[in-house]
Amino acid sequence: MAKATDRAAGDKGSNRPKLALHVPEPRYRPGDTVDFSHLGITEPGAQPRPDETAEARETYPLCDDLIRVLGDDDKAHGPWDPRLDADTLRRMLREMALVRAFDNRMYRAQRQGKTSFYMKCTGEEATSVCATHALAGDDMIFPSYRQQGCLIARGYELTEMVNQIYSNKGDKLKGRQLPIMYCSKRLSFFSISGNLATQLPQATGFAMASASKGDSRIAATWVGEGSTAEGDFHSALTFATVYNAPVIFNVINNQWAISSFSGFAGAERATFAARAIGYGMAGLRVDGNDPLAVYAAERWAADRARSNGGPTLIEHFTYRAEGHSTSDDPSQYRSAEERGEWTLGDPVMRLKDHLIALGEWSEEQQEAQDAELDDMVKAAMKEGEKNGILGHGLHHPFATMFEDVFEELPWHLEEQSEQAIREREIKFPEGLKK
Amino acid sequence: MSEAMEAQDAAAGEGGETKHMNMIEAINSALDCMLAKDDDVILLGEDIGYFGGVFRCTAGLQEKYGKTRVFDTPISECGIIGVAVGMGAYGLRPVPEIQFADYIYPGLDQLISEAARLRYRSAGEFIAPMTVRSPFGGGIFGGQTHSQSPEAIFTHVAGLKTVIPATPYDAKGLLISCIEDNDPVIFFEPKRIYNGPFDGYYDRPAKNWKGREDAQVPEGYYSIPLGKARTVTEGDQLTILAYGTMVHVAEAVCREKGVEAEILDLRTLVPLDIEAIEASVERTGRCLIVHEATRTSGFGAELSALVTERCFYHLEAPVERVTGFDTPYPHSLEWAYFPGPVRIGEAIDKILQD
Ligand SMILES: Cc1ncc(C[n+]2csc(CCOP(=O)(O)OP(=O)(O)O)c2C)c(N)n1
Repeated sequence: MAKATDRAAGDKGSNRPKLALHVPEPRYRPGDTVDFSHLGITEPGAQPRPDETAEARETYPLCDDLIRVLGDDDKAHGPWDPRLDADTLRRMLREMALVRAFDNRMYRAQRQGKTSFYMKCTGEEATSVCATHALAGDDMIFPSYRQQGCLIARGYELTEMVNQIYSNKGDKLKGRQLPIMYCSKRLSFFSISGNLATQLPQATGFAMASASKGDSRIAATWVGEGSTAEGDFHSALTFATVYNAPVIFNVINNQWAISSFSGFAGAERATFAARAIGYGMAGLRVDGNDPLAVYAAERWAADRARSNGGPTLIEHFTYRAEGHSTSDDPSQYRSAEERGEWTLGDPVMRLKDHLIALGEWSEEQQEAQDAELDDMVKAAMKEGEKNGILGHGLHHPFATMFEDVFEELPWHLEEQSEQAIREREIKFPEGLKK
Repeated sequence: MSEAMEAQDAAAGEGGETKHMNMIEAINSALDCMLAKDDDVILLGEDIGYFGGVFRCTAGLQEKYGKTRVFDTPISECGIIGVAVGMGAYGLRPVPEIQFADYIYPGLDQLISEAARLRYRSAGEFIAPMTVRSPFGGGIFGGQTHSQSPEAIFTHVAGLKTVIPATPYDAKGLLISCIEDNDPVIFFEPKRIYNGPFDGYYDRPAKNWKGREDAQVPEGYYSIPLGKARTVTEGDQLTILAYGTMVHVAEAVCREKGVEAEILDLRTLVPLDIEAIEASVERTGRCLIVHEATRTSGFGAELSALVTERCFYHLEAPVERVTGFDTPYPHSLEWAYFPGPVRIGEAIDKILQD
């Protein structure tokens, strides 16, 4: 076989030093013993809190540090303590636990063949639930696919979620989207795309529009750390700073992008929060498993955006406790110990322990609540199943397949719609059974 | 390639011993073979290294060839393809993987404006000898972002080759030719048939490749030239032009209806085996084109125009197209969308009645 090209300027005989290619490698692979001490986690309460209207550069030390509030003593510490009342804390705890109960049940439903696909957010519940609490109810959320917590925090009906996951005849999205790719305009929750990072410029555009109209709504968007490598991330940050758009970029650094560790998105050289620095944007790095810290950082960014202080990039430092999705087996690429050894604990447990330390909650109440939430999810699933499960015939009528491609049905789609109906009649001459 | 290796190849004859492989194994074997043969070949893509790719097509290759030849990349399709252009300029033969064809779009500028035109705009001084591998097509409940068939977009771009295998044997032989080719190639892998051929009847048990002649794959090096179609079945009643999964669906429909069709598996869309198409349509006088992609401006439109231009006076019926519908891929109504046996059967009846 011929060589592709002559090597460009190949001065091979020279004694110039030999170059070497660096390919990142995670610290631990299956079978390895895990030690997270290199993470250098700082003390809760030790991080300064600049004013929301501060110059972006005042936040830059916080791009390297880690904002933490809850200590090992289960108490809140330092200037980032959002001083929430016990009712709000209990509500956030309940919603995080509900997300977890929902995830567990829906994961099992996928395994039972009731749907094609599911994605859990175990361990990341605070990054969606608590962040949503820090926003106004009509602030626009541009989610990625692991933010079921945003919907739950806004009180979305569980049955609606189940219907969407089962793509059944009750599915408001008419069975068109992959399971978990929800959408609710009523709750200011934008339609989810399977194409990574596309929501970031869109969130920026929404925020720019809101600003140009003199509105008060801001936008918040979520993206995985792996997806920050996409060009859309960089376009979004550029537009956001150029126009001082009222938008919050939540980067969920859960350490893994399917099988690739965060090093493949550049984590070996800089934190994800530090991406903000190059754009002249405010940046915060937060313990994503600390519900109070997540709330406080999101609230800081929301207040900043709302007062025309501009965009903020928040890195939520967390851990993807489960597999990437139902299609993946994490034991193939990472140490089984990682999950257990994760130094920042579990967000649900940390908030529970905090409430108990405050004397506002108990283990018994937690247990009773878990049982109650599980029953709630089961009931929602039953309700959803009445509308059908995937592939069992109870879906929207075939003609709906051709709706919403355009506002009006053009001739070629009308022809194709007739074709689809004709095909069904040929296949089921006695009429559709279900 | 060294003389010793050439001698080794010759000794192995047509690839040496054969082994039963599914499509994934055949692709893996092609990559293995080329990594061994030419140290300018390198593989890159999301999750392809340690993990071996979400469909396991690159399993074991990083371990065997090291992580500077088979490596994971950032999630950045424009980065992956742009970097491959630069690697090609240096003299490597990169084989980038895009996890799903639906995710090739962020890389389009590098592919369309750069890779495809590099040879032309530099008057041959620089080339982009890359093979972009990507699973495509539906039938796996992948929803709108894991199911599309975007091949027509690429056939519309001057300077790109588009290759689509339909069997394990072809997958290996064609992939080897793509990697050896000095032009940028898009190699679309029909993921519905990775593990077994699919006859279009989703409600029947899935089949695997076991026992099939076209899944007996030589373990060593062999290649199948680009631009040569494969005759799947011979017949006089009509010609069916298909590629990828649809080859199997068309074959099953003809078998069940007792129709004697000459089915051509096109294998490469660019360059296209126009001679085989002309010869067949001139003999049968009837032509059906089948693809999974949406209909309007699909590759079927190009095929239909070519057949009409070149075989008009031999045609006894209008050329028909069976395709996916002009909607995004619907999750729950996937099987109503998929151009299955009923749609193909209806079209065959129509062509034969005239
Ligand atoms: C443009 C694009 N490329 C590739 C994919 C395939 N893919 C889906 S999820 C994923 C990993 C994303 O990782 P990360 O952004 O870290 O988010 P996480 O899943 O960890 O929450 C990849 C590569 C995709 N969906 N879209």
